[in-house]
Amino acid sequence: MSETLLAKPVVSTTTPPTEERKGLTKKEIAADHPTWCPGCGDFSVLALYFKLIEKRKMWHEKITTVAGIGCSSRFPYFVQAHGAHYIHGRALPFASGISLSRPDLHVFVFGGDGDAFSIGGNHFNHTARKNIKMTYCVMDNWVYGLTKKQTSPTSPLGFKSKTDIWGAIDYPINPLKQAIAAGATFVARTTHTNPNHVLQMMEAAMDHDGFSFIECLSECVEFYEGAFDASNPRKGGVFNEVPKTHDVTDELAAYKLAGTDFPGHFGIFYKVNKPTKNAKEAEIIKNYQSKVTGQQPWQILQKNFDKMK
Amino acid sequence: MSNATTGVPSSGGAQKVSAINEVVIRIAGNSQDGIQAIGGFLARLAGRSEQEVMTFMTIPATISGGASIFQVRMGSGEVLSSGDEADVLLAFYQHSYDAHIASLKKGGIVLYDSDHVVPNEELKQKYHHLGIPISGLTVEAIGGTAKDKGKNIFALGLIAKMFDLNLPKLEKLIGERFTGKDPSILNNALAAFHAGHANPLGNVLETFKFVDAQKKDGHQVVMNGNEAIGYGLIAAGVRFGAGYPITPWTDIMELLRRELPKYGGCFIQTEDEIAAISMAIGGSYAGRVAVTGSSGPGISLKTEALGWAIMAEMPLVIIDVQRGGPSTGMPTNIEQSDLNIAVNGGHGDAPRVVIAPANVEDCFYMAIEAVNIARKYSVPVILLTDQGIATRIEAFVEPNLEKVCQEIGPDFTPIADHKPYDLSAVNGISHHVPPGTKINSGKYPIVTGLEHDELGHPTGSPKLHMQMTAKRRKKLQALAATLPVPKIYGPSEGNVLLVGWGSTEGPIKEAVDRARAAGDSVSSIHLKHINPLPNGLENIFSGFNHILVVEMNDEGLYGFGQFGAILRARYCDPKIQGINKTDGLTWKVKEILERTKTNLSAGLSKI
Repeated sequence: MSETLLAKPVVSTTTPPTEERKGLTKKEIAADHPTWCPGCGDFSVLALYFKLIEKRKMWHEKITTVAGIGCSSRFPYFVQAHGAHYIHGRALPFASGISLSRPDLHVFVFGGDGDAFSIGGNHFNHTARKNIKMTYCVMDNWVYGLTKKQTSPTSPLGFKSKTDIWGAIDYPINPLKQAIAAGATFVARTTHTNPNHVLQMMEAAMDHDGFSFIECLSECVEFYEGAFDASNPRKGGVFNEVPKTHDVTDELAAYKLAGTDFPGHFGIFYKVNKPTKNAKEAEIIKNYQSKVTGQQPWQILQKNFDKMK
Repeated sequence: MSNATTGVPSSGGAQKVSAINEVVIRIAGNSQDGIQAIGGFLARLAGRSEQEVMTFMTIPATISGGASIFQVRMGSGEVLSSGDEADVLLAFYQHSYDAHIASLKKGGIVLYDSDHVVPNEELKQKYHHLGIPISGLTVEAIGGTAKDKGKNIFALGLIAKMFDLNLPKLEKLIGERFTGKDPSILNNALAAFHAGHANPLGNVLETFKFVDAQKKDGHQVVMNGNEAIGYGLIAAGVRFGAGYPITPWTDIMELLRRELPKYGGCFIQTEDEIAAISMAIGGSYAGRVAVTGSSGPGISLKTEALGWAIMAEMPLVIIDVQRGGPSTGMPTNIEQSDLNIAVNGGHGDAPRVVIAPANVEDCFYMAIEAVNIARKYSVPVILLTDQGIATRIEAFVEPNLEKVCQEIGPDFTPIADHKPYDLSAVNGISHHVPPGTKINSGKYPIVTGLEHDELGHPTGSPKLHMQMTAKRRKKLQALAATLPVPKIYGPSEGNVLLVGWGSTEGPIKEAVDRARAAGDSVSSIHLKHINPLPNGLENIFSGFNHILVVEMNDEGLYGFGQFGAILRARYCDPKIQGINKTDGLTWKVKEILERTKTNLSAGLSKI
């Protein structure tokens, strides 16, 4: 029987299986020093990703960090683990290729609002609707930072950028509504100024069996300073958690809650359990393989060739 | 129809039987009439009879209906092309008759449905006319419930009679085709077939019998190019891929979607072309060479991601089933105009491998070769085929699958250290280590589209950019050194060398045969490795006065065609000229010969 995409790969390891491996330390997980501007919100997301890896005792070889293009998408270079820095907007299909062929790995995708909702908008919708297992954390700063201050799909009306010197005129995307409408099975919102909450959301997302999406507000101190002050108690704002009474399986309630004016709410808006595409493909493979049990690939192929004689 | 024995003209009276080597039958009707099915039966029969066979079809770009043809050339000797002219035309409608009667050889037979076709009286002198009320007789044979269904099988019976085809083998083929369906469908098909076979052939005074084919080693299998690629990829060990539907690539993705689960794999239909190549690259990154593919516009969409795979040095196989372009172009016609995008498409200096199968058998083996080159050199490989080879059916000796099938599962053995872009790697050939592999040094690789250092971290260093650019190029130069120099068809010295690539091998070889038979000094070579080219072509070129590159694409601004331009750039040899066309149809042997002659008289003054 050939190796299948169903089975977890057999890894011969130098560490005896009985020996308990320790969780990694921050030193073991950190790679390049981030290229972000001092004060950038992305630092805290990175620090909490390290904390997640440490706390949940994930090993280098069990995770893959993927990103597209943008300031935040530099993420994989700063993590000491297998990673890929892919092209603009297409990190999700790339990550899907890993997720669907490697059930042994946890795939984390990081990116920005332009990557996710503008150039990659189509992929966001389809990865969500197919419920492909991975965790997608969008660091939303409401502006294009890497190219130095152009309007982003989440820039609010009136935001003055280099491409809208008179203030943004296009209605912004609401990432949570977009995710819920597309069929994402885990939709959460957090902000870089509340580290405990970020970690909490990351853990919940990681434990979700399906496409888990986190919108993490992450301030761009260079091009959109103070954008999220209204959500930060230290700046006189309010940090409202999702009400305890909210039913996370109620799609309409989640959609409505997502429409609350800024600063809105933080926490899990929507969470349902639906079979993943990973599980469905695995089911198809299982059914088909049960019909060819014990046969080598060439014997299976021979059956097709016999019909073409 | 080539007679095996000296033909004796029929003198009327009793029907006579002539021995023949081969025949070209063109079936013309509408696409929903099942004319592909008749062609398919004939092709399979030829394969089972150890004959050679080649088919050619046109499909209208409409969802249902529209004029369509299927041409079958089958014979006891070598069949190189689907034939310039038909010996027999089977015409179901007036439009089929009108549009295709000119494709008949003088003295050829037109077999038409007299319920639909009124023949042209003037043409009756030129061609044998045989009118049979095919529609009416089919209804009589199987009952008139199912509109026009079954008349294709009735016509197959007529052809079987005319060529004394092997009845039990055809009945078996019909049985296999309708297996598992309502038994009345099979009974109706057989009834139509027998009715056709029993029908008198009217005024046709001659029937035909194939001389015995030479014994071949082993059985033959019969399939089209797209099927051969799909099964080739499975044999190569590919277990993951992604695609988006587009004609004429779609058959391959349908096949992989359907077949891969048996092997523990899966093929994903994505939201668009960019997602398809991205998901395939993700699969390759995860550890096992993955596949994507497309045609025409889809290839344009994939080029940014292709550039990433080249930069990141990811193995990947991309199938490009070419069609007429640019833009939506001619989706169901043949053209070889994607050569430039295959070799150069995308921004930056982005060397990739391009290989092009010449026939259906090549499609199977070169799919495996593509996977193995991708793995060995950590590079994307484009397998360049076209609409013609994708849909044409050929018979070839059955591969020894037990030997051919390979396992290419990833290796996750922990390693001491790893540099994904190791500059000290021999010939620049480094290897991808997939996630899941423990690296004991604790230094993990990042694969990236940014220019990078040896560990995959970004760099703006001019020196590293030059070194890495050279590394990506050197891999292909190393590959070039291993490629076989193509064999010359005909003598290695002479006046004219025809150069071809891709699906045109058959008609080019046949043109060489005919030219030599007429006393002209013509040879040919056929290139399957397009980028990089094999070394040593200059030695072949030096033996000829004229080198004519035969391609189905435009001559271009400078007059040499796409491959011709590459050869001119590579060899700086003014002897290299192009013979190009863009009519959306395969080359006829006659066209190649005429164009060669024209080019020689005009071409000499061009130099």
